[in-house]
Amino acid sequence: MERTTGREKTLWTVGIFVVILYALIPVLWIVSISFKDPASVTAGDTLWTKFWPQDFTLDNYKGLFEGGLDSPLLAPLINSIGIALIATTIAIVLAAFAAYAIARLDFPGKALVLAGALAIAMFPAISTVGPLFDMWRTLGLYDTWIGLIIPYLTFALPLAIYTLVAFFREIPWDLEQAAQVDGATPFQAFRKVIVPLAAPGVFTAAILVFIFCWNDFVFAISLTSSDASRTVPAALAFFTGDSQFTEPTGNIAAAASLVTVPIIIFVLIFQRRIVAGLTAGAVKG
Amino acid sequence: MAEIVLDGISKKFADGFEAVKDLNLEIADGEFMILVGPSGCGKSTALRMIAGLEDITDGELKIGGNVVNDRAPKDRDIAMVFQNYALYPHMSVRENMAFPLRLAKVDDAEVNKKVEDAAKVLDLEQHLDRKPANLSGGQRQRVAMGRAIVRDPSVFLMDEPLSNLDAKLRVQMRTEVSRLQNDLGTTTVYVTHDQTEAMTLGDRVAVMRAGVLQQVGSPADLYNEPDNLFVAGFIGSPAMNFMAATLEGGRVKLPFGEVELPSEHREKLGSHSGKVIAGVRPESFEDAGLVGDAKDRGSTFTADIDLVESMGSEKFAYFSVKGESLESDELRELAEDSGTSEVPSAGEGLVVARLDAASGVERGKTAELWVDSTKLHFFDPESGANLKH
Repeated sequence: MERTTGREKTLWTVGIFVVILYALIPVLWIVSISFKDPASVTAGDTLWTKFWPQDFTLDNYKGLFEGGLDSPLLAPLINSIGIALIATTIAIVLAAFAAYAIARLDFPGKALVLAGALAIAMFPAISTVGPLFDMWRTLGLYDTWIGLIIPYLTFALPLAIYTLVAFFREIPWDLEQAAQVDGATPFQAFRKVIVPLAAPGVFTAAILVFIFCWNDFVFAISLTSSDASRTVPAALAFFTGDSQFTEPTGNIAAAASLVTVPIIIFVLIFQRRIVAGLTAGAVKG
Repeated sequence: MAEIVLDGISKKFADGFEAVKDLNLEIADGEFMILVGPSGCGKSTALRMIAGLEDITDGELKIGGNVVNDRAPKDRDIAMVFQNYALYPHMSVRENMAFPLRLAKVDDAEVNKKVEDAAKVLDLEQHLDRKPANLSGGQRQRVAMGRAIVRDPSVFLMDEPLSNLDAKLRVQMRTEVSRLQNDLGTTTVYVTHDQTEAMTLGDRVAVMRAGVLQQVGSPADLYNEPDNLFVAGFIGSPAMNFMAATLEGGRVKLPFGEVELPSEHREKLGSHSGKVIAGVRPESFEDAGLVGDAKDRGSTFTADIDLVESMGSEKFAYFSVKGESLESDELRELAEDSGTSEVPSAGEGLVVARLDAASGVERGKTAELWVDSTKLHFFDPESGANLKH
């Protein structure tokens, strides 16, 4: 667009606002519920009083962590963070090697690797749950961290490989050679020139993989049975109310609000690194 | 400072393609050597083998008297300027230029001094703290040069360093490169596909075709005494005109007339006779009315002028000749490689003559032209070799 007219600008602003509203209203509503007393969740006459907490309370949050490690959320939170971080680290390291080879080298079976990765990524997770459940129980992996990390890797690796291949292909490899001529050993060339350029791609892939692991529900609910390895999304399903007759709405809302926080932090930290066009100016053409 | 010796260098790629075949070349200390040829002729591969970025399949490469076949690029004391500059995008201009020095563990004060000096030479002082992305093409090119000169290497290698610049900047940088090399006196190997660059820059020029070295010599040597059809057609702009001709006892039958050959020509040609390919440089023609005393060195003929391009300082007149069409691999490759303005008139029968600006030739009219018989070249139609050698 050469120039935006005032009319276009208004339309864009309105459009963007509508989209943001559409995306954020459910999130805001959950946050609102998390500050309400479970008994008054549905209270209120107008739309506004239904939305805005009338009796503001932090009880829902307190309840999540009461009792330390036996609390409803603390152990699952630790499981979630631990499993997601480990799976992300392993996936990114392996995917970086694979993507580097795919982007840089010509080897027989390259197309097969990529096609295989794509096929696995498209495979419905739910159809692997049954067999995995049986196998994991036999192997003793049921209800363990590793029991979740392995299936996460299976689905995260193709995702990471595809993302990284796309990024690595953009890196001008002349730079590596330029560094070698400038007096660098192959390792120095890799560390001082290639790594800084590949970093945005690696961070992008890491975020995607982390979010995938963090959000998973299917494997988490099927392959765990206790706080030993149950992650937050699965734990939410096991929340109980104060009494047999109250829904744990408030606690679930509070937990649901909380689990978005690490993702937001993760993205905020790394988004600065994901600056598109970092390689601009390296080479002409 | 070092001389470079390529002794029977060959490069065979894994897929069996032989990019460079038995290349023998000696580049003297401080010499500016140009490798020139059409794309795919192996000139870049040869340069990359000197740099150590490409393995040498066969032969011996010496830099400064040492065999360096198996040395890593960093141990060869060379600097290279890449076609696409290959600047490090995450580093400022200063860091880019300092990079080779940092790797060599030079202390900070020395690094700063050297970078500032190089920046001064290349007129980059006010850009030292900018990132490559914010520089113009010409400035990036100069940074790439700067990165090469800070280290004071014994050899510069340049892989088509000017080909990404626009025409005006290219001419300007060409002068710059020439001046820089002259001042530094560093042995330089410069690869280009542009014969104008080759002619203007080099102390000596090596012409390559399909992996084979065709001829090495000073620009004037290549221009005046090309060893073969390919070199003759590649060097010079507009290119040499080629036409079928017949040699017969000291006379040559050209499509536009018969020409009596001067005695020295006859001696060199010896007993050659029969069908040959004749080559005539555009400036070997002249408007017959403007030749004056030199007239008896050549012969005059009439031609129907198809087109006249007036350049101000001179005129290019195009005319057709009827003759047998020419078939030669070398001519075909030349035609494929060169731009429209430089297509040698192989087979088409279109001849270009460079005439004095005072000439009155006009498009669509008949003109009387003169050709200098001492400047004719004759080539073997089979081998393409210059028959005078």
